[in-house]
Amino acid sequence: MAITEENPGYKWVGTRPIRPDGLEKVTGKARFGADLVLPGMLYGKVVRSPHAHARIVSIDTSAAESMEGVKAVITGADFPDLAANGAHPSDIDVANNAIARDKVLYEGHVVAAVAAITREQAEAAAKAVAVTYEVLPHVLTVDEAMADNAPLLHEAMITKGVDPAPEEPSNIASKILHERGDLDQGFGEADAVVEREFTTKPVHQGYIEPHAAVADANSDGRAHIWCSSQGHFQMRAYTATVLGVSPGTLKVTAAEIGGGFGGKTVIYLEPLAVRLSQRAGRPVKLVMDRDEVFRATGPTSGTRIKVKMGVSKDGKITAAEVWMAYEAGAYAGSPVGAAGMTAIACYDIPNFVVEGYDVVCNKPRVAAYRAPGAPMAAFAVESVLDELARNIEMDPIDIRLANAAVEGTQASYGPKFPRIGFVETLEAIKEHPNYTAELGPNQGRGVAAGFWFNAGMMSSATVHVNENGTATVVTGSPDIGGSRQSMALMAAEELGIPYESIKPVVADTETVGFNDVTGGSRVTLATGAAVVDACRLIVEDLRGRAAKTWDVEVDQVEWVDGQAQHVDGAQPPLSLNDLAAKSGRTGGPISANASLNSRGVGAGFSTQLCDVEVDPETGVTRVVRYLTAQDAGRAISPDYVEGQMQGGVVQGIGWALNEEYIHDTEGVMENPSFLDYRMPVASDLPMIDCAIVEVPNPAHPYGVRGVGEVGIVPPMAAVGNAIHDAVDVRMTELPMSPIKVLEALNENDG
Amino acid sequence: MKYVAPSSVEEAASLLSSSPSAQVFAGATDVVPQIRAGRPAPDVLVDLKKIKELVALNSDGDKWTVGAATPTAYLTEDEAFSHEFPGLSEAAGLIGSDQIQNRSSLGGNLCNASPAADSVPAMVVNGVRAVVAGPNGTRVLDVSEVVTGPGQTALDDDEFIVEFEIDKMPSRSGDAYLRMIPRTEMDIAVVGAGARVTLADDGSIEQAVLALGAVAPTVVRIPDAEQALVGSTADEETLNAVAAAASEACDPIDDKRGTVEYRKQVAGVLAKRAVVIAIERAEQRNGTN
Repeated sequence: MAITEENPGYKWVGTRPIRPDGLEKVTGKARFGADLVLPGMLYGKVVRSPHAHARIVSIDTSAAESMEGVKAVITGADFPDLAANGAHPSDIDVANNAIARDKVLYEGHVVAAVAAITREQAEAAAKAVAVTYEVLPHVLTVDEAMADNAPLLHEAMITKGVDPAPEEPSNIASKILHERGDLDQGFGEADAVVEREFTTKPVHQGYIEPHAAVADANSDGRAHIWCSSQGHFQMRAYTATVLGVSPGTLKVTAAEIGGGFGGKTVIYLEPLAVRLSQRAGRPVKLVMDRDEVFRATGPTSGTRIKVKMGVSKDGKITAAEVWMAYEAGAYAGSPVGAAGMTAIACYDIPNFVVEGYDVVCNKPRVAAYRAPGAPMAAFAVESVLDELARNIEMDPIDIRLANAAVEGTQASYGPKFPRIGFVETLEAIKEHPNYTAELGPNQGRGVAAGFWFNAGMMSSATVHVNENGTATVVTGSPDIGGSRQSMALMAAEELGIPYESIKPVVADTETVGFNDVTGGSRVTLATGAAVVDACRLIVEDLRGRAAKTWDVEVDQVEWVDGQAQHVDGAQPPLSLNDLAAKSGRTGGPISANASLNSRGVGAGFSTQLCDVEVDPETGVTRVVRYLTAQDAGRAISPDYVEGQMQGGVVQGIGWALNEEYIHDTEGVMENPSFLDYRMPVASDLPMIDCAIVEVPNPAHPYGVRGVGEVGIVPPMAAVGNAIHDAVDVRMTELPMSPIKVLEALNENDG
Repeated sequence: MKYVAPSSVEEAASLLSSSPSAQVFAGATDVVPQIRAGRPAPDVLVDLKKIKELVALNSDGDKWTVGAATPTAYLTEDEAFSHEFPGLSEAAGLIGSDQIQNRSSLGGNLCNASPAADSVPAMVVNGVRAVVAGPNGTRVLDVSEVVTGPGQTALDDDEFIVEFEIDKMPSRSGDAYLRMIPRTEMDIAVVGAGARVTLADDGSIEQAVLALGAVAPTVVRIPDAEQALVGSTADEETLNAVAAAASEACDPIDDKRGTVEYRKQVAGVLAKRAVVIAIERAEQRNGTN
């Protein structure tokens, strides 16, 4: 760990105890989305479009309805027509993505669903739903979608963010623009200029657990949903929207979650399960197969990005011009906005233009994926910066230090940075032995950096002190990355009782106050702050009870090491256990709630160092050494912080080397399985070395920034820069598969 | 779909003759996923793993016999076998994962008839023979004759492989198998290359057999490369000729796993590398071992 500020005497924060959810997970007792079975429960199956783009002419469900065991068949007509009701466009998109009404916009788009007594009956009935399509021409990439006279997904889509608004519809949903200074002047001052064009493919979040939902609807219109998600309050809101009901009629219980990475912040199965359950009068379970997960959920955008940057001889970036187009999939909403804000945010650049386009195409609607939008932009910008450093013969860390954003820098996306730790991550890399480790034949070394905002948003927590002085910490943030442990550690620190005496719980939507999704690296920051607030209310309450017991003023009572102490030692201390046992005589149960809208985020930076070895005859790239340095603000749970840092890197390496959606000419996905969608396996990777940097975030009681996302931003450029260092080819297309690397090597030889 | 587990070859043969859509399986590592993926299920699934002689690895004076349903883990974990046939053993050790290798078999890997099956080029270079049982007794086929195209074999519907026969490795001989995959494991060969050589007393190559997988509908031998090697010491020029002949022998397709160009080029690279490894191994197998 590279620690810039000493731990101010914390007893629990920063330690590495056993995780609270570990036992249930290793013994198989943890209940994930698909594990729930209710009495009388039916099995559902979804009917999906085989076409990338088609008009639904008719759906005949009569054969399916008359089959043995079938209890319900639903189509888009079983849901309210939100467009006719004048709903918000983004809500209409959510509804139409859950089940198509008039048109299917990608292969795998839901057109109907069935529920039957057995899974086999449901599968047979799904096959018997007869859908007549009028197949339409499709567009799969931003190039196809932005071409003149391209077939339109949404006939009325007028590009937003362009003044004056275009008169003709197109597949471009919106344009974003960030500008500063004077590009011509900036490039005029440059001693070296590099201009490159990059393409990346859609990639999936690749969570191990497929989506699953069970719904049990009552005849009074209420329903209970159990599902695996990154935010059951969000699932409740979206499901209520699609069903056209009040959120209060739905109760959502969060199942244990087997990975999300952003992809489980959206709904797919939940409204279908509720409607099937209502029609059948019995609980209904829907579980996706892996190929459905690939065809219809996630992924993140494929992109085309052009970058032109100039530097002076001393390494100062004088100008940057970035143009990017991001695939949104079927509905508006690619992460190009975040991409535009993050692309050059690591650096203090006087002259720049960043222009971006959100483009719809006939692929599944993109979902958030770990620092959404930032990794592709960083691949382009950090590759160009690497080339510029080479051109002026400057060390890749030094060129980044020469331009690094620091406290007070006007960020490229607007605000002035408060205290940040980018420089510290660069220095941590430079000081690490990996930076000077000897390289073997065909090996090369690459550096890249990345930025992510980290989110704040809304959280609630409740803390109950039990009658024996232990505590239950209740939040509504599903634990996808270790948040139960970090909540328990912060509560232990605040209450002054052992970590083991605290039970962290993720409660359903009716048992705890509202929580936004577990996403944006926000939970340890925002939900953590709510837990700290609630614990401080508890401590205030306990001091009051001790004061009452001793008949002194409350300011005579301090809370130290889990006990109330009289400031003059005039009374024997009262432990939490003592106070809890007497709670009935001092004011009743000891409990506190806290809810907040986060008071301030702490931006995250990561710098990474990658060593690869390239087989010059086969184009195979192996990562032989990898170091990631990341500013955590404060590592509440260092084990989990390292896990997040390593996880981001590993997903980035997969994105860099082999992962991609492959479609045939009809727009049908060809590799919807883990065999041919090649995520890295354990033997593909070295141990990912971690250097945790701690530059505390002033807006959090313990200095937390959030660590879940920024780690995935630099890897593709780090790998690409290392490949260049190893074999002198500049890779501009992802994935940098053996085929593409060998092609590039052949061109170099030719 | 009915599941049956006969305990003898005869019982299995009669089950197959009496039920037209019956299908044999060993580890089920291909059959079950294929059925789950929507391939029509047979009326009867015949489990060969309960027939004792089909799950056995034995060596007598002249040859090894490997029961058709023997888990491929036997081939990687039997020290004598893997020492004598390191290439075939390594090929068996590339199929799926450790868990898969406790179920997967040479018989299944061959009869699934995937062009990319890892064990097949390694069996072909070692001249492995398949003993095939049917309603009228048994017949013997060279492994190279079994697969006739993707998913197609020379076996009749009521035939199945009982065991494989592998002649003992002569002295001054060695085998090797290499495959190209983008990852390090849990993948399907983009190109596979097997080689076996026998050295003369003077160190030159007396005999060479090369076979490629995943670059044509069936495994292909590379006669031009074999001829170039015989009599040579596998100097750089010869190895380049081997690579060129291997690339030339390919008849690959463009698909999601690889392009024609890539497969041709890398087939040459792997063929060359496999030959070099086989020679090193042959040099170490002097005299009696």
